[in-house]
Amino acid sequence: MKVACTVNGAAREADGVWEGESLLYVLRERFGLYGSKNACEQGECGSCSVFLDGVLVCACLVLGGQANGRTIVTVEGLTDASGLHPVQQAFVEAGAVQCGFCTPGLVVATHDLLQRVRKPTEAQIREALAGNICRCTGYAKIIDAVNLAAGRT
Amino acid sequence: MNFLQPSTWAEALAMKAAHPEALPIAGGTDVLVEINLDHNRPDTVMDLTRVADLAEWATEDGLVRVGAGVTYTRIIDELGDRMPGLAMASRTVGSPQIRNRGTVGGNLGTASPAGDAHPPLLASDALVELASASGTRRVPVRDFFTGPKRNAARKDELIAAFLIEPATGPQTFSKVGTRNAMVIAVCSFALALDAGRRRVRTGIGSAGPTPLPAPEAEQFIEGELDWDGRQPPSDAAVARFGELAAAAAKPIDDVRGTAAYRRHALSVMARRSLGWAWQDYRVGWA
Ligand SMILES: Cc1cc2nc3c(=O)[nH]c(=O)nc-3n(C[C@H](O)[C@H](O)[C@H](O)COP(=O)(O)OP(=O)(O)OC[C@H]3O[C@@H](n4cnc5c(N)ncnc54)[C@H](O)[C@@H]3O)c2cc1C
Ligand code: FES
Ligand code: FES
Repeated sequence: MKVACTVNGAAREADGVWEGESLLYVLRERFGLYGSKNACEQGECGSCSVFLDGVLVCACLVLGGQANGRTIVTVEGLTDASGLHPVQQAFVEAGAVQCGFCTPGLVVATHDLLQRVRKPTEAQIREALAGNICRCTGYAKIIDAVNLAAGRT
Repeated sequence: MNFLQPSTWAEALAMKAAHPEALPIAGGTDVLVEINLDHNRPDTVMDLTRVADLAEWATEDGLVRVGAGVTYTRIIDELGDRMPGLAMASRTVGSPQIRNRGTVGGNLGTASPAGDAHPPLLASDALVELASASGTRRVPVRDFFTGPKRNAARKDELIAAFLIEPATGPQTFSKVGTRNAMVIAVCSFALALDAGRRRVRTGIGSAGPTPLPAPEAEQFIEGELDWDGRQPPSDAAVARFGELAAAAAKPIDDVRGTAAYRRHALSVMARRSLGWAWQDYRVGWA
């Protein structure tokens, strides 16, 4: 089947998509957008987090066909070529990145949180990021990074 | 695999009549896991996310009718005042990503004994609206769950909505799990006080082949409660309520917990829930 959608502001189209294929697969393997990571394919880790019509979702749990005609923003779309988004910059400065595999998903989920809550409490941060698993950092520096980003936006 | 994408409810029902084998997909938070992990390879899937009617809710004859495609996030944000028990349960589902996408219709479709929407739906005496090209029927949620992951919908039917009376008293939901988020319940318990009719309703999750009510516990405590004077029930009555709630469960030993632990936890949750709800009734309910 054909899937046509808007990704990071640009019209994208893929032919020959298998009907059971996830949006994550379409983004990575058909559109070459490797920012969204594939770690579990079962909604548990959040590393595939994207915005679908402005709503934070796991791309691995959306069928490609369900994304037809929809608007998607991936981690690549959060910033233009001019540099890092404030959330990304905060992750760098706080040392919230080790292997980096979870980082794109956490950046997207943090972006979603800060759009809704300008100065989140620690409890709000923990709740908002509960669906993003990191095997390296132990989360303390991730929470520092969110606070740093919240202070600047 | 065939992919069907109706854009209206009438079209969805006609497609389901023509393709009774088609697997509906709403938020996909159950269906995609099965496809990704190759546990299920449906021949035909039917995407319901284009059917606008399914994502709407409205008040109808004193009941709130909530379309099967309304997400947990929207239930929390838009309906928390009218269905506090279901909203509380919704807050415990998965993560923001899952709540943004997952629906109560999907929870009912999967009909897992651990589905978190089910205990509060039981405690609110909700109705499930099933529809096919040949008609619509409303099934009390107490009759909806027919076995583990089985429900009363026929092959040609879709879940249209659920109907719930706006809360007529305090409601609670508790869930035991290994973490505060992203857990399948080890067991769960919902309680609703119906102050006007002086009724108590319950729902037990993840402690039987289906979600279950605890009717003996309900009847017992309705008679014990001091609805007019609003004095607290005796410790003995509260303890008995916990025992009867636990006795209504039909738990098994599995990877998440033992049957004995589940019964114990249920008696504790039932006691505490009654305490919280009665306190709310005493101080806050007109
Ligand atoms: C990481 C993760 C965490 C989770 N945590 C929880 C949790 O804490 N508590 C919990 O209860 N669940 C949890 N779930 C399971 C899932 O999110 C819920 O069961 C959710 O309610 C499913 O809704 P959905 O819209 O995504 O359903 P889908 O996956 O789209 O569908 C589920 C089933 O319902 C059927 N269906 C959907 N809509 C209809 C309809 N209108 N008519 C007829 N059949 C229909 C489908 O055919 C399918 O069989 C979790 C899932 C994941 C991946
Ligand atoms: S890959 Fe989607 S949540 Fe893990
Ligand atoms: S930095 Fe390695 S998983 Fe998070």
